[in-house]
Amino acid sequence: MSHPDDLRYSKEHEWVRVDGDKATIGITSFAADELGDIVFVELPEVGATLSQFGTFGVVESVKAVSDLYSPISGEVVAVNEKLRETPELLNSSPFDEGWIARVGSIDSGELDKLMNAAAYADETA
Amino acid sequence: MSAQAVGELRRTPLHELHVELGARLVPFAGYEMPVRYASIIEEHRTVRGAVGLFDLSHMGELEIQGDEAVAFLRYALVSDPGALTIGQAQYSMACEADGGIIDDLIVYRRTDDTFWIVCNASNRDAVLAQLTALLERGDFGATLEDRSDRTALLAPQGPHAAALLATLTDLDLDEIGNYRSADGTVAGIECLVARTGYTGEDGFELFCDARRAPDLWRALTTTGEAHGLRPCGLGARDTLRLEAGMPLYGNELDRDTNPFEVNLGRVVKLEKGEFIGRAALQAVQQTGPRRKLIGLQMIDHAIPRAGYEVRSEGRAVGHVTSGTASPTLGTPIAMALVPAELAAIGNAFEVVVRERPYRAEQVKLPFYKRPRD
Repeated sequence: MSHPDDLRYSKEHEWVRVDGDKATIGITSFAADELGDIVFVELPEVGATLSQFGTFGVVESVKAVSDLYSPISGEVVAVNEKLRETPELLNSSPFDEGWIARVGSIDSGELDKLMNAAAYADETA
Repeated sequence: MSAQAVGELRRTPLHELHVELGARLVPFAGYEMPVRYASIIEEHRTVRGAVGLFDLSHMGELEIQGDEAVAFLRYALVSDPGALTIGQAQYSMACEADGGIIDDLIVYRRTDDTFWIVCNASNRDAVLAQLTALLERGDFGATLEDRSDRTALLAPQGPHAAALLATLTDLDLDEIGNYRSADGTVAGIECLVARTGYTGEDGFELFCDARRAPDLWRALTTTGEAHGLRPCGLGARDTLRLEAGMPLYGNELDRDTNPFEVNLGRVVKLEKGEFIGRAALQAVQQTGPRRKLIGLQMIDHAIPRAGYEVRSEGRAVGHVTSGTASPTLGTPIAMALVPAELAAIGNAFEVVVRERPYRAEQVKLPFYKRPRD
């Protein structure tokens, strides 16, 4: 399984892509495969404040309900509206079209608590 | 719980094949069972549109034999197995004296005086205990044998199941109607071939010697390729049976629920004479059940799950017994137990999902009925 090198990863199988003082977050391909067919995503609201490793939404597969844990603190500035109608993007394109939220006002110091791609690959091996 | 240690899971004779196929294995009823091989939704659609193959070898097979086997089963079960002709099968239940359901099961008449009961793996011990206790009273000339461990059960289910099976057997499948069975060979392996299932589609359940199960599986998957066959796990089995409005023990059925509450009063043959649970069930039949199992379709976008609270006009009235996002209908569906007086098609309910109520409407069960020609 390949994990993009430009992302940071949490033990809860979320990823974060930093872009200046903003970041995009989502779930990893490992998480998507473990969950199976994702049929519903409960997105955070724009303006909501996320704290690192706190819950920020829910994904449901055919069989199970799972919480989403934010890999980074910040304020939600956008959510992936496409996931409301096509939650299966989390399975087909977890690192790209299946992004979940964009957050602003991030603290880049928090990235130290996350793994790089190589460490995450070991974690999920 | 049985005496078996927690974490010590049993395996079916097809375990190695499941591992080879990359199945996700989960603990189920004391067995390590495939929940899916790849995508549950794809497996579900395969059964609706082509043919899916299930390993159900965890299920219990009990043989009842003897001059008084009929009398015994009429007393032990709520249905009337005496009405079965040889080869015929019947959906039935074992109940407690208070009418609570011990298990739902299928009875097959193999010969004049030999019957098979196929029960849920999770209730095999309970059904065995109930039947053994009755036999030990000595009132019936019949014997009971648990054949579960040496019997495998493979189920090809779906509209292409008959065409697939026809290429592997000399049996005339047109002669085996719904809820009928026959002894014969499939791919040279002796089987009880039954036209039964738990998916809402046409399909078969093939019972064979556990040692021959891998050969039967391989023959079905190899020949099945041309028929669009895909191995299917318990995940798809659950969504398929839910769409078909079929109850699952532990969800819709338990010892605190009687057959009339779950719309299965027709299974109970009160007129056949004395049987375990008769007085209690007759009382329920006369007064009508207190609760009723209903079908719900969500109006709002939220997925109901087992155990979620059901409200009527803001008041908690019942709970969801099973729910999912229906792969066939594309909407969230559920079955729920509510007070009988609130049950009517079109009635409004709310299901509480993560502490918020979402609107639902009562719809007719089943949610899905297969097209018949």
